[in-house]
Amino acid sequence: MKTPEEIFEILKSKFGEEGVTFTGDQAGDPYVTVLPEIFRKVAVYLFKNEDMNFDSLMLLSGVDDANGEKTKDANENEIITGGTLSVYYNLFSLTHRHKLTVRVSVPRETPEVESITDIWRTADWHEREAYDMFGIIFKNHPDLRRILMPYDWDAGYPLRKDYQNPEFYHGMKVPY
Amino acid sequence: MYDIILNITGSEILSMIISAALPLFLFILPFALVAVLAERKVSAFMQDRLGPTRVGPKGTLQTVADILKLFQKEDIIPSEADKKLFNLAPILVFAGSFAVFAAIPFSGAYIGTMADVGVFYIIAISSLVVAGILMAGWASNNKYSLLGAVRSVSQIISYEIPTALVILSLVMLAGTLNMYDLTNMQTEYFWNWFIFGGPATGIQKILLIPFMVVGFVIIYISTLAEVNRTPFDIPEAESELVAGYHTEYSGMKFAIFFLAEYANMFAVSAIVATLFFGGFQSPFGYIGNLLGAEWMIPIEQFLWFTVKGLFFVFVQMWLRWTLPRLRVDQLMALCWKYLIPYAFVNLIIIGIISLI
Amino acid sequence: MAIKTEEMVLNMGPQHPSTHGVLRLELKLSGELITGVTPHIGYLHRCFEKHCEAMTYPQVIPYTDRMDYLASMYNNFGYVTAVEKLMGIEVPERVEYIRIIMGELQRIASHMVAIGTNGLDIGAFTPFLYLFRDREKILSLFEMTCGARLLYNYMWIGGVSHDLHPDFLRLTKEFIDYFRPNITELNNLLSYNKIFVERTANVGVLPADVAINYGMTGPNLRASGINYDLRKDEPYSIYDRFDFNVPVGEGKMGTLGDCWDRYYMRVLEMEESLKIVEQAIAQIPDGDVHSAIPKRIKPPVGSIYHRVENPRGELGYFIVSDGSMNPFRVKVRPPSFVSLELMDELCKGHLVSDVVAILGSIDIVLGEVDR
Repeated sequence: MKTPEEIFEILKSKFGEEGVTFTGDQAGDPYVTVLPEIFRKVAVYLFKNEDMNFDSLMLLSGVDDANGEKTKDANENEIITGGTLSVYYNLFSLTHRHKLTVRVSVPRETPEVESITDIWRTADWHEREAYDMFGIIFKNHPDLRRILMPYDWDAGYPLRKDYQNPEFYHGMKVPY
Repeated sequence: MYDIILNITGSEILSMIISAALPLFLFILPFALVAVLAERKVSAFMQDRLGPTRVGPKGTLQTVADILKLFQKEDIIPSEADKKLFNLAPILVFAGSFAVFAAIPFSGAYIGTMADVGVFYIIAISSLVVAGILMAGWASNNKYSLLGAVRSVSQIISYEIPTALVILSLVMLAGTLNMYDLTNMQTEYFWNWFIFGGPATGIQKILLIPFMVVGFVIIYISTLAEVNRTPFDIPEAESELVAGYHTEYSGMKFAIFFLAEYANMFAVSAIVATLFFGGFQSPFGYIGNLLGAEWMIPIEQFLWFTVKGLFFVFVQMWLRWTLPRLRVDQLMALCWKYLIPYAFVNLIIIGIISLI
Repeated sequence: MAIKTEEMVLNMGPQHPSTHGVLRLELKLSGELITGVTPHIGYLHRCFEKHCEAMTYPQVIPYTDRMDYLASMYNNFGYVTAVEKLMGIEVPERVEYIRIIMGELQRIASHMVAIGTNGLDIGAFTPFLYLFRDREKILSLFEMTCGARLLYNYMWIGGVSHDLHPDFLRLTKEFIDYFRPNITELNNLLSYNKIFVERTANVGVLPADVAINYGMTGPNLRASGINYDLRKDEPYSIYDRFDFNVPVGEGKMGTLGDCWDRYYMRVLEMEESLKIVEQAIAQIPDGDVHSAIPKRIKPPVGSIYHRVENPRGELGYFIVSDGSMNPFRVKVRPPSFVSLELMDELCKGHLVSDVVAILGSIDIVLGEVDR
């Protein structure tokens, strides 16, 4: 059973200082930030390595960091440009009973993260939901389409901070 | 009855038709009313609730309200459905159930037709229901209905075989196919009923009792499957196929399906009662004989017949609300792997015993 | 020479008597055998997570009720314990005991619905009504405490909304004594009934490693033989003070991890919950339930993932706070969402009737799946 600090030390020694960083000084859980380029290698390592053996992905959630530039567009609505979208992975190991939170941040304009559906099968629907709500594209996902919103919803990604409701959907008035 | 109407109309055919059909119809309608209400009340009391209580005293007029409601409902036919078959299906199902009643002896003085092939006729005509159900499922133009109808057809056809085998063993013992004679053979005392070995005497009778009981169980289960009651109600499994082959029917046609189901239930209960439990014979003599009033005897016989039929209907309802339902392949396995071999062995053993 | 056959696509549509809510299952059939199942969800999506960002932390609690509407106390429990962990609030002892009593009574009520509807789908109409009759007693206990029967808004951050009614403990004791023999009756009527066993044994077998990889939790995971219960392995609140067993599947009536095992886990868990409630009633101290509720709820900056053992599995709340009065992000990990992904794996090679049995045994609630 390892603490997140110990796991971070092992990851740092394996993947280098630039690839993984640790944030542990805020309230709640500490998390490890991983660069998107090496994320898949880190995920495979966490799954396959005997000491780590993270065999269960508890949660995959997208978060809109809203740390870009906030401007107002033509209709007085606030839009955000720049900044990042993040995906948080909460991993758990049933054999060693230790936990880890991994965070991957991608730029807002081109949010692309490697899919880990073939490692943890449960990520399938979670990634579809992150795509549906935030627009994060998961590369090599077997079937990336919307899951909670209607399949042909084309007015944006609802959980982004600068999302505006469209006027009409299939002839029905949206805000009432 | 036949003679009275012959005197009125003077035509043999007409009087035969009326004397065979009218009283049965007049019996089935009130019976269906009572049966629907009984089902709801029996199921309610078994499930720790009350059932219909508002319409009429203690809810007795509920079925009348339901029939009136069904009368005035709009008759919806799906647009792609095959209209001729769609309209014909309920009639066939009802005709199949109704025609069975012609050969069942209701009392000493009344039987629809005195055909010498009574039992054979019953088995044959009840297969007409299969055609009706298949028509209903196909003509509805609905995948669910088709699935329900196909399952129902395979179920009814398979379960006719154990029924026929058990009836055959009984016929072998009695020596006649005529239902009226079968009933008259079980006279006087309940010890003479076929379930207790029949009017034979001596060692043959004692030996027969266990096999008769086995035969009775087999035929009861098989006829449950013939009328599509739980645990065999896959064709109308509410939670899987919505309502199976009668999903698309509304209004009066649905009422006819409903009526046919209850008529069928009573028909098979009556058959089982007649074959094994003495039909209209009373277990211990007639009050009419005691008082010397001969005219009371047919009425008493009718009452005994109805009581026995209703008792078996009650057991059918009891089973419905207690047991879960079988899956399609388990249903088929039960019939072909268990009931048919047992019925066959039963037949052979009864044949051997009857030679003693 | 093989006959060319086409696969038929059958739609168990959003309105169906036995999909537990509005769920659309697209079945690909070849005859009566299933070759694939695709669930389509989103019919009950109410944008719970977006709403949370516009409200304050206490205002989120009624919204959490409405996710899994059959186990509302537990949804509240998970959320308030997550926020309390983030803020570092310690609640009084009495509050802890009250929360556990309510949570375990809610677990019994939720399992009653799950077992009853499982039986109803298979065709047994009567146990469903017997269980609902008993569930009414639990709901009237809840109504006595907080005024609501189904959606309570009972647990607040730092305490509970109302203290227990003076008669509550006595009536709960009476309920426990009344309900214990009913479990035996349920077993005789349904669990060991030969027809029910035939319908559910060896159907929808879930091997243990597939279950873990798919993220399955709760009674479904324990039915596959893995002994993992959050109440014992990572005790939250004061669960470590109670003495109870964790039922694990043994493959008694068929293969390990089939529908019967999943069904029977719930029956055994009801008994264990009765034990916990009994012990809690005996040990509950006095105190003030409102003393630890802070005046303003403003958690520090940070993020936390906290999970509790819902009757359906592991319910997780991931809360990101940016230091203001409104949560920055609230993400919920519903156990039914994860269980529903497995339908395709479980149903392959079975018949249409089995789909209904399998769906009933994994026990989903669409309010939770869609949020």
